[in-house]
Amino acid sequence: MTTTIYVPCDTTARSLGADAVAARLTRAAERLGVAIQLKRNGSRGLFWLEPLVEVETAAGRVAYGPVAPTDVDALVEAGLFEGRQEHALALGDIEDHPYLARQQRLTFSRIGLTDPLSLEDYTARQGFAGLQNALALAPQGIVDEVKASGLRGRGGAAFPTGIKWQTVHDTPAAQKYIVCNADEGDSGTFADRLVMECDPFMLIEGMTIAGLAVGATQGYIYLRSEYPLAQTMLDEAIARAEAAGYLGDDILDSGQAFHLEVRLGAGAYICGEETSLLESLEGKRGLVRAKPPLPAIEGLFGQPTVVNNVLSLAAVPFILDQGGQAYADYGMGRSRGTLALQLAGNVERGGLVELAFGTTLRELMESFGGGTRSGRPLKAVQVGGPLGAYLPQSQWDSPIDYEGFAAFGGVVGHGGVVMFDDSVDMGDQARFAMEFCSVESCGKCTPCRIGAVRGVEVIDRIRAGERAEENLALLSDLCDTMVDGSLCAMGGMTPFPVQSVMKHFPDDLTPRQAEGGR
Amino acid sequence: MSHASPQAADTWTSAQIQAVVDEHRSLPGAMLPTLHALQDRFGHIPEAAIPIIAEALRHTRAEVHGIISFYHHFRTQPPGRHVIQVCRAEACQAVGARALEAHVKSALGVDYHQTTADREFTLEPVYCLGNCACGPSLRVDDEVHGRMDAAGFDRLTAQLSATVVEVK
Repeated sequence: MTTTIYVPCDTTARSLGADAVAARLTRAAERLGVAIQLKRNGSRGLFWLEPLVEVETAAGRVAYGPVAPTDVDALVEAGLFEGRQEHALALGDIEDHPYLARQQRLTFSRIGLTDPLSLEDYTARQGFAGLQNALALAPQGIVDEVKASGLRGRGGAAFPTGIKWQTVHDTPAAQKYIVCNADEGDSGTFADRLVMECDPFMLIEGMTIAGLAVGATQGYIYLRSEYPLAQTMLDEAIARAEAAGYLGDDILDSGQAFHLEVRLGAGAYICGEETSLLESLEGKRGLVRAKPPLPAIEGLFGQPTVVNNVLSLAAVPFILDQGGQAYADYGMGRSRGTLALQLAGNVERGGLVELAFGTTLRELMESFGGGTRSGRPLKAVQVGGPLGAYLPQSQWDSPIDYEGFAAFGGVVGHGGVVMFDDSVDMGDQARFAMEFCSVESCGKCTPCRIGAVRGVEVIDRIRAGERAEENLALLSDLCDTMVDGSLCAMGGMTPFPVQSVMKHFPDDLTPRQAEGGR
Repeated sequence: MSHASPQAADTWTSAQIQAVVDEHRSLPGAMLPTLHALQDRFGHIPEAAIPIIAEALRHTRAEVHGIISFYHHFRTQPPGRHVIQVCRAEACQAVGARALEAHVKSALGVDYHQTTADREFTLEPVYCLGNCACGPSLRVDDEVHGRMDAAGFDRLTAQLSATVVEVK
């Protein structure tokens, strides 16, 4: 009998030695004459356990982790191929692990279970069921379903997806486009990468449904160049979907067409801003455009264009399969459905946690995250990427939803949660926020282009003890100018982390040895 | 971008550049795919490519230069044998990226955007590799390495510098 062994193939598992683990398992099986089938599945997103090896047994998939290449021989000796559970790294049935069992995985329901490039695996777990339903609906029916779901843009801006689709649907044009924003540049986020590396057909399906809904026949996935593995997976998945008739001139014999192509970014954070992304796709410098016109009316090449984040589009197959209401049944207030939270930074158990809106940061960081990796007390947490505020302990008990966070100046953004222990110098973090903006500003508007450079200088002066009081006042003014005067969120939100440090961690922004921050 | 020393021999011809450009020029929004293809093929975008691209895609040379220089990924000088990108972003900072960064710079004896004298390594900063639960992270060519520290980095560069690359 052949035993099926799973070793994840995503970037994180591989960054921790998964390929070497797979190779050693294969060698051990050959040496012992055990027949195994080694499957490279996606990661389940329990990253502190990667590489997470699973063995198919009569009682389900039993897991071992984290498995270093040097652990393999001892694990095999302790009966890994038979699924025996004596070894210290044995985890039992991973589905029963509280970290997984307590999640509400709607979008990430298949992740880690399947071979990402297997159409058979995908369709065996509801894959393309949403597309089949969409093909039976009129375009307006698809838009209505997405509206009913209450889905809002998961890239961070939280604009209602159904409304955006309606606008593109209602704007007549010979050519419309679906553009997937896969420029996941926020530090602390990896959910888009997981979708693309571990369940790429889901994104393809979501984009195809979007195309049917608004009458677009061409889609582009604008992928950041920092994700080479995602590019490989997407290219291969698109080729396989085309060959099987899920993409192309005649989708599943419906007579409807949708074509899809991956386009690579080139290391510019600003290109995650939708108008800058469109400029880049058109082959220009990624300078942001003034809005209006909205991309939904004049987008890519001047045509009506849906620009959605990976996670927004990835939520669509579930919505069309189970119905908008099934999605809207999760969540709180005006934040419906689930959010892919990503635990990162100084965290003991980092990974992907998909939950309905409404959980608290404390619950997330303690029950799921298990506190800091260093074991030291938590000091601050940055939610929502480099443009998100640093939140002090007093703000960790508010439920996570868009409006609730906005009420105290927090940003849910793309769901990244970066934890810092008490060794962090928040002055360094404030300086870095400005420095990052000075590196990544597109340069179109002055508050962002010049403001960020001046911001670094002013913070350096404060920390050098140079007229600290006056310079703190100046920094405060500068932040206001950037917030009020910038053309897009880059300059407009860069002050958020800085202001949060000034407000909640003022002791870290006082004169000190002028050296830090690099 | 400034590099420690230019590569002695150029490894491209105008005809080769023209062929790559011609392969991509008919794509909608052909500029980035063209630039990527050139850099993938030649390791960098040679200055000589700028007039060829400008002509094919109907831009001025200044515009092409502006586009190349806008994007951190594109380089106009040949890199070393390996490109090392160290993540400088917040999630990695929270677990010691600043110390790793300092070690990498002193171990290689170069700053960002520079190449070691032996042409082995080019060092670049990167703002997030999406490996944020297992930092500090760095990328060598197309491979990401997680939970990196000074000792791990020294082992990695020793392996990479060896003339015969070991098979895992």
